[in-house]
Amino acid sequence: MLIELDRREGKPVYRLLGAWRAASVRELDEAVTTVRIDGPGPALLDASGLESIDLTGAHFVERLSERLRAAGVDPGWEGSPPESVAFERATLSADQAKEEAEPAAQRSVLAVLGMWTVDSVAATRNALAFLGSLTVAFLRGLRVPRHLRIPSVVRHVSESGLQAVPIVALIAFLISVIVAYIGAQELQQFGGQVFVVDLVALSVLRELGVLLTAIIVAGRSGSAYAAEIGVMQLNEEVDALGAMGVNAVEVLVLPRVIGLVIALPLLTVIADAMGLAGGAVLSWLVLGIPFNQFAIRTQEALATTTFWAGLLKAPVFAALIALVGTYRGLQVHGSSRELGRRTTQAVVESIFLVLLADAIFAVVYWQIDF
Amino acid sequence: MNDADSLPVSDGQPVSKGRPIVEVRGLVNRFGAQVVHDGLDMNVYPGEIFGIIGGSGAGKSVLLRTVLGLRTPQVGSVEIEGVDITARTDEELTVIKRSYGVTFQQGALFTSLTVAENVELPLAEYRQLPEDVLRELALQKIRLVGLHDSAASKYPAELSGGMVKRAALARALVLDPKLLFLDEPTSGLDPISASAFDDLLLYLQKSLNLTVVMITHDLDSIFRTCNRVGVIVDRRMVSGTLNEMLAEQHPWIREYFHGPRAELARGAMKHDVSAATAPR
Repeated sequence: MLIELDRREGKPVYRLLGAWRAASVRELDEAVTTVRIDGPGPALLDASGLESIDLTGAHFVERLSERLRAAGVDPGWEGSPPESVAFERATLSADQAKEEAEPAAQRSVLAVLGMWTVDSVAATRNALAFLGSLTVAFLRGLRVPRHLRIPSVVRHVSESGLQAVPIVALIAFLISVIVAYIGAQELQQFGGQVFVVDLVALSVLRELGVLLTAIIVAGRSGSAYAAEIGVMQLNEEVDALGAMGVNAVEVLVLPRVIGLVIALPLLTVIADAMGLAGGAVLSWLVLGIPFNQFAIRTQEALATTTFWAGLLKAPVFAALIALVGTYRGLQVHGSSRELGRRTTQAVVESIFLVLLADAIFAVVYWQIDF
Repeated sequence: MNDADSLPVSDGQPVSKGRPIVEVRGLVNRFGAQVVHDGLDMNVYPGEIFGIIGGSGAGKSVLLRTVLGLRTPQVGSVEIEGVDITARTDEELTVIKRSYGVTFQQGALFTSLTVAENVELPLAEYRQLPEDVLRELALQKIRLVGLHDSAASKYPAELSGGMVKRAALARALVLDPKLLFLDEPTSGLDPISASAFDDLLLYLQKSLNLTVVMITHDLDSIFRTCNRVGVIVDRRMVSGTLNEMLAEQHPWIREYFHGPRAELARGAMKHDVSAATAPR
């Protein structure tokens, strides 16, 4: 019971009772919103029954007064108001500092379209500037090898390449087992089991090996690039580099791009090998094709270019993943939410770009009969 | 209605003796072979502003983390309002943690929330309340720390250093605690903002009868606001009023309070002993 309604000398008296403190904020809210109002007319507030009151309590006294006034009751104090109520009224009440937030401007469709256009143009310009400064840094690196940051490149080859070997190998193996198994089921129906080898060898070397590797690396390293550089942005480390006269693109972006362009083709070779191994194991177990026959059949099935057709794509995919990851990382500003948003963006966009590039490769290969 | 019966006076004298609101006894904190505190005692009395001083690496932050219940000491007890927090379960600690407010060195505002949402957070976590009540209570505290209403809808990244410190203070105050812990509240502020923050602190201490424990390196702030200070030297704490500290013979403390910067800060205080005025 925090408020009690009394009558004294014909006037309603609202007696405040107990502890009006932050700890009972919910009860206070309920008491103030549900109190029965005896009015209109003059009324009294009586604080003599209060045990204690803090600023939160004082706020609810103000709310009570507002409610009473809204119902036509004119509240006055029996005795003097509690100190915190006087304090709240003198220094903190809304009309002391109130300044309406400017209303959100109504925007017409045309204005939205215009802003979208300006944003897109600016984004394109920024991306071009990024590519330009990366190119400049790379050319300078070719002239003065010190600027290529070899130790840093080695670190990224190790982190994005070497450490990804187990997962890439495992997934390549499993996927080709699945492909071979489904192929075996279908081809067995008309006695063409042996073509499982063609199916596995072609699909793994041309498409699956490099594509799977690129997608795994986009999830693993693309996100890591964006997050690493993003946190450096939040800590003003990128600004610190700039202030030292060190080119941030040269230090942060170039080694990652070069590192991944080296690492991804190597990973692809491993994925190709593991994929063929998976196909061979399944062919032996399910179809009874021995390993040596699998090898011979594979050589017959493949053109000399098949392996290179797959591997050629790897450096392109690598560059796309590294560029998107580092670019999104550099765009992080202000908050941890932004960091998460940019990292997500980096992964989604790099996977999309990898698939898009793969489609373009397919069309080009077909046209030039590669 | 006894909120105002022991208003403190900031003249370098202890506010009141009697039962300490924070009482640390025989604290030992070790990290491996490195001993940070070895039998440290600390008393903070209700209504005072208590400054914690010490060289870099002396263990100020470790002491604060221990008192806040974020770290369990190897030996010793920490009592807040007579309750030993080193021997409590997590649920009991949660209740105790709501009875004090804390600001961290960098403000530790949640960057994905606006100032108002930051300030509402402890309240919203604590009790289910209607949206408008939450917002009004948050605005009350935002005004209390001298920020404009327009700051409420801003994100921490859009605030200046001084505003971040004030917003952090508003969040610390939202549950109307009696006890406030501040970790270097004026570090990184320009002298005008730092001085305004001192004013604000004195004003809040007087008007809300807060007890404040603060880690600080700001000599002006110490001479201006602290009733008593505790210096961590040789893994223990030497505490007393500023006058007692000035007479202290320990070489580090002498160096601290009689160094050229301290002399300047003390000299400045002689010319400006006016009590705090309302900030804004």
